[in-house]
Amino acid sequence: MIKPRDDKDFQACGLFGVMDRSGERFNGKMVVEAMKNMHVRGNGLGGGFAVYGLYPEYKDYYCLHVMIQDWNEDAKREVDKFLDANFDIVHDEEIPTNEDANVVNPPLFWRYFVYPQKKGDDKRLSDDDYVIKKVMYINTKIKDAYVISSGKNMGVFKGVGFPEDIAEFFMVEKYKGYIWTAHSRFPTNTPGWWGGAHPFCILDWTVVHNGEISSYGTNKRYLEMFGYYCTLQTDTEVMAYAFDLLMRRQKLPIEIVAKILAPPMWDIIDHMDEKRKKLYTTLRMVYAPLLINGPWTVIVAHHGEMFGLTDRIRLRPITAGEKGDLLFLSSEESAIRAVCPNLDRVWTPHGGEPVIGRLNEKALKKVVE
Amino acid sequence: MKSHLLPDFIVERLEDRCNRCGVCVKQCPWGVYSWNDDKTDILIDYTKCVGCQRCVVYCPNNALIVKPYYGSYRPNAYWTKEVISDIKKQAEQGGVLLVGTGSDRPYKVYFDHILLNASQVTNPSIDPLREPMELRTFLGRKPDQLEIEIRDDDIEIKTELYPNLVVETPILFAGMSYGAISKNAFLALAMASKEFGTLFCTGEGGLPKDMREEYGPVAIVQCASGRFGVDPEYLNCAAAIEIKIGQGAKPGIGGHLPGEKVTAEISATRMIPEGTDALSPAPHHDIYSIEDLSMLIYALKEATNYEKPVFVKIAAVHNVAAIASGIVRAGADVIVIDGFRGGTGASPKVMRDHVGIPIEMAIAAVDQRLREEGIRHKCSIIASGGIRCSADVVKAIALGADAVYIGTAALIALGCTMCQKCYTGKCAWGICTQDPNLAKRLNPKEGAKRLVNLLRAWSLEIKDMLGGMGINAIESLRGNREHLRGIGLEDWELRVLGIKGAGE
Ligand code: SF4
Ligand code: SF4
Repeated sequence: MIKPRDDKDFQACGLFGVMDRSGERFNGKMVVEAMKNMHVRGNGLGGGFAVYGLYPEYKDYYCLHVMIQDWNEDAKREVDKFLDANFDIVHDEEIPTNEDANVVNPPLFWRYFVYPQKKGDDKRLSDDDYVIKKVMYINTKIKDAYVISSGKNMGVFKGVGFPEDIAEFFMVEKYKGYIWTAHSRFPTNTPGWWGGAHPFCILDWTVVHNGEISSYGTNKRYLEMFGYYCTLQTDTEVMAYAFDLLMRRQKLPIEIVAKILAPPMWDIIDHMDEKRKKLYTTLRMVYAPLLINGPWTVIVAHHGEMFGLTDRIRLRPITAGEKGDLLFLSSEESAIRAVCPNLDRVWTPHGGEPVIGRLNEKALKKVVE
Repeated sequence: MKSHLLPDFIVERLEDRCNRCGVCVKQCPWGVYSWNDDKTDILIDYTKCVGCQRCVVYCPNNALIVKPYYGSYRPNAYWTKEVISDIKKQAEQGGVLLVGTGSDRPYKVYFDHILLNASQVTNPSIDPLREPMELRTFLGRKPDQLEIEIRDDDIEIKTELYPNLVVETPILFAGMSYGAISKNAFLALAMASKEFGTLFCTGEGGLPKDMREEYGPVAIVQCASGRFGVDPEYLNCAAAIEIKIGQGAKPGIGGHLPGEKVTAEISATRMIPEGTDALSPAPHHDIYSIEDLSMLIYALKEATNYEKPVFVKIAAVHNVAAIASGIVRAGADVIVIDGFRGGTGASPKVMRDHVGIPIEMAIAAVDQRLREEGIRHKCSIIASGGIRCSADVVKAIALGADAVYIGTAALIALGCTMCQKCYTGKCAWGICTQDPNLAKRLNPKEGAKRLVNLLRAWSLEIKDMLGGMGINAIESLRGNREHLRGIGLEDWELRVLGIKGAGE
């Protein structure tokens, strides 16, 4: 793995997310068009897509997208062996790619649909925690093998190139999903590395992120106490772990999590009514090390939900748009208008105010169950 | 016995400026100036001068210059004047050399080998004049996580919370006891804390009854090995309780307030007879191990209905990280770590100058250890001992402290000039004395104003430094060592501090 040389990775990027809240799946054409519109926000060193509702035929199985650096056959063999020993592999195949796409030295991509086979002490783990443990093993112990996504009925496609090139390479226009998020990267200090592109994924949680976190050291060291080690040394990793800790493990809703990561100023809290004041004060007191400072925007998705959030003083704004059941989130309004000119509503949320898209009840049943 | 000592200072009077007004005679408590028999001239005995500069500042005609005595033994880099003088003093007196204030020896100052970061291009700096910049700090134990119940529109926190203190700037006043310092100095610290929204520590001398109602809520009351002034009312009137195990200026030894300083009011406050020596034993004789400490912590919590955080203050010594971990596990809500530069009213010179470790190293080691053990959030850390300026505050917090205590810097704001004679009771600035004529030199109101000014000035500077780093809340600096770089440090020093070298 090519590790960044600095404390962390400095970057400025383009983000886009679109969700059909009725759960209707649509192909990747729209999201690719939107990313093309923001071409100048990237520098060709990273692009990627996350798709939800991707594999309905295997929706009960964890799908691992595995990247084999330099087509290392030993790595592939070792992954096969490891997965075989720890999971039931119900299906696996090479991820189809387009050799004519404008990308350089692509690694091998393989996908496995698996079911956990827990043994011994691992039996105490939940399925999710078991999958995380095994994924961490592959990422840290098997040379040249990286799991780039590991959720059910979803997947991540990413690599070095402009998003439209990556889209062409993975032929994402052939896939369908009800949430698509996308990322175009402008790293200022890291060499292009396929695994370093966004979205960043744990289980079915994905994060695309833009910005530089000035509280990185504080956040990272707090997360370490909860067993998260930022091996990639990217801000995005900190974001992803913070969401995993607060939302998946501590089960806090995004409305609360937003006030932890991007809390209101004391001045505002001090003027709230007693009940809210107590809540906001307690959140800031307890979760002070997870205040994410500096300029940032994220789009986070997991099954049934997509949301966008910016830093507390909105140094990196995000624009939201709505058209019927479609919800758009984007670094730039123009990208939304490029793919959907007649929006019902378009707005720029305040710093720290999450824009949340959730499947409506009916759709939730359809997609998740 | 004839003294063989050389003078420390020399007093020079500009005769064309001096009009023999006599102010210096009144101002100098050391008897340097005296009228001649027919009161026509003022004589100077500079051998008594301690260099406190009181006479210089108060001479209405700017006629005085006090400077180090320049006569010298044969220069010798090993047998320095200090070494020779100490030997001569001990040969004449046969006792332990006493000193006041923190160590003045030229050990490496790590704060001065650490540089801060600022944003350029990839990340905007934030202008504190235009954007809010938050320094509010909570001190105390935090839960592992919050459990929140949401019912319709109502949100409720289910997790039980521990008592925490709020300060508006991460700077508190360190423990300096009434008895060691004058009532006026003590009062000035209390008044400034109240006005600025911070806290002061009483030190081990109790809290006078007449101050409890007004200043109890901004006081951290100390419970030290002498247990002076400790009763339920004292504990309950305060914001927090501090168990003092050790002090950076004299780790491992107790304290001694001479009987002459134990006036009627001090005797009432400390609950000891007037005129008797107030002796603090070296250890707490009910704490010989960590479980004994735990028992005292919980006894104090029990006595205050679990409503007040309990601090434990220790000197920074070699195994400080392991000790701190034990203290957190014993139930302390806040750990105060006092570095070897920490001040004192009186300490054996040999202890002050040779025992302990630098606060920068201690903070870094403790913060790291508590994180490795997953218990950093279970306590707050206060860095104490030798904090000289706002940059030291920022560096201490980035290394891992939640806040700092200042003692010496606060006294300097009140007038102290670091003459190191605190143990003599003759402080010319009215700070470290119980002599009513000297103590009245310090007006508590004016003193409080100077302290508030200092807190404000440092807070403004901290905001500037934070803004430069692209941070708008102090909590995002805590333990954020990415914003620090070492300069002129060896590998092991960088490793202990957990920082990179400049340019890395
Ligand atoms: S205070 Fe100054 S002017 Fe007055 S007698 Fe002393 S030296 Fe002379
Ligand atoms: S007031 Fe202080 S500086 Fe002045 S002569 Fe006396 S001891 Fe020396």
